[in-house]
Amino acid sequence: MEDKNTAPEYIIELNDVTVRYNKASEKIDNLKEYFVKLIRHELMYQEFLALKNIDLKIKRGEAWAIIGTNGSGKSTLLKVISRILKPYKGTLTVNGSIASLIELGAGIDQRLTARENIYMNGCLLGYTKKFIAERFDEIVEFAELEDFLDTPVKNFSSGMKSRLGFSVATMVKPDILIVDEVLSVGDVLFRKKCENKMSEMLNEGTTLLFVSHNMETVRKMCNKAIWLNNGVSVMQGDADKICTEYTNTVGEKKAKEKAERAKKEAALKKQAEELAAKRKNKS
Amino acid sequence: MTLIQRLKEPKEGSFAEVFKYKDLLVQLVTRDIKLKYRRSFLGYVWSILNPLLIMIIMAAVFSFLFRREIVYFPIYLLAGRSMFEFVNTAVSKSLNAITDNTSLLKKTYVSKFMFPLAKITAAMVDFVFSLGALILVMLFYSIKDGVMLFSPWNLGIVTVILQGYIFAMGLGFLLAQLHVFFRDIKYIYNAVSIMWMYCSAIFYDVGMLYEKAQEQIAQGAVPFAQYLAWIIERLNPMYIYIKEFRFFIWAPTAGDLPTWAVPDGWDILLGIVYALAMFVIGSFFFKRNQDKFILYV
Repeated sequence: MEDKNTAPEYIIELNDVTVRYNKASEKIDNLKEYFVKLIRHELMYQEFLALKNIDLKIKRGEAWAIIGTNGSGKSTLLKVISRILKPYKGTLTVNGSIASLIELGAGIDQRLTARENIYMNGCLLGYTKKFIAERFDEIVEFAELEDFLDTPVKNFSSGMKSRLGFSVATMVKPDILIVDEVLSVGDVLFRKKCENKMSEMLNEGTTLLFVSHNMETVRKMCNKAIWLNNGVSVMQGDADKICTEYTNTVGEKKAKEKAERAKKEAALKKQAEELAAKRKNKS
Repeated sequence: MTLIQRLKEPKEGSFAEVFKYKDLLVQLVTRDIKLKYRRSFLGYVWSILNPLLIMIIMAAVFSFLFRREIVYFPIYLLAGRSMFEFVNTAVSKSLNAITDNTSLLKKTYVSKFMFPLAKITAAMVDFVFSLGALILVMLFYSIKDGVMLFSPWNLGIVTVILQGYIFAMGLGFLLAQLHVFFRDIKYIYNAVSIMWMYCSAIFYDVGMLYEKAQEQIAQGAVPFAQYLAWIIERLNPMYIYIKEFRFFIWAPTAGDLPTWAVPDGWDILLGIVYALAMFVIGSFFFKRNQDKFILYV
């Protein structure tokens, strides 16, 4: 085991990370189209950079919020850190285990029972069967599914599914916890339980990556933040400061949009009135 | 770096990484087998019953169609068909392996080799179950004719299964990655596999082609049958495996064997070379393209 002194300073380190997608208007997924386009020289690559030159250094035990409007690259960033997506350029170093609560339902096979799913997902996260067996009761107890262990998951309610997903994903205390939005599923009691488990992990030194649109929650849970806009890191640093900046900018933008919309509506109304007046005159 | 070190600490994305996920392989394989027979009354018995029923139909049809006698034709037929079905099922199932497991791919990082590998391994397990049908048929003829049809030679099939497994992995990896980018691969493979079956001498024997060639030579025509036989025997790895498999299962029962039924040095060499070459090619392309999967599924 590595001891604290030799452990790397940063638990997650992104250097100049760029992620490229192919934004081709139509996806080519059959051979005929491929050859037709190849012959016509239309096999162009319309690139779209979901993340541009992101530098991010996260220390052990920090709680980071990732904020930004829809489509700004938040989920892409999480996918890169979880090693699901490989960056097109730049490097990523992660020194620790990751538990990701991005899509709780993903990875759960509807046809299998709860018991089989626990083993399947545990193995998927890289644990051995023996290791899962030792923690099995704990997982089941946390998910409150004792009576439904041998029921196929397709018969579960969505709340039960997310309970299963949450307890599988957090079966071991991870070094890094990735949470996308607030856990809005399950009943109040279970939500409370999840929040408790998460704060318990944070107290024990887990590093948190948190995506949210709710600035209050961000301020409460995180001490650092990165603000993304169109794939570019706008600001990084203290969570409070960035939340304020973000709220102001987005607020301004929203106000501008609102004013524009009001203007448009007024113009439309005027037009309609004129038309009505004309019609009246005719008759 | 020594081989053992490389297996212990595999590079991300390399095939050696699958050894890290061996428990996941067991889970994926048992899932496939369990789900296949869940809610069926006879369950695993179908693994034996299914090839048995098909064999009975095919044996009835083909012994009626062909005048030519092959000793213990049902054993000959079943041995050939089982081997073909093993590799064919493994490859056609692994075609969909990546595209069917999209939700797992999007969830976490896992060696992507696992998905086709699990399908191929499940096909092999199913094949081993189906050997029960072969045992039943051999038992039936042993009792009927009062001769011992089982022999220690039978155990030799392990070497053939291993070659088939490695070959199926190579072809499975190659097509699974291609299928992510071109969804037509499935339809093309379905058609090609029919041709492959007819080129693998499952219900006929290559000896027939040599006799036809003799006739053609006698008539002064070009001996096309001979060329065809050469293509089947040398260029079709599936036939090499079937021939070897039959050598261990059917040949000991058949007494004096014609030369076409006994694998020679070329067969042994080519069988191994085809398997290894296919594996290297398949895993090379799979490894090269695996990072792009997530953008296409």
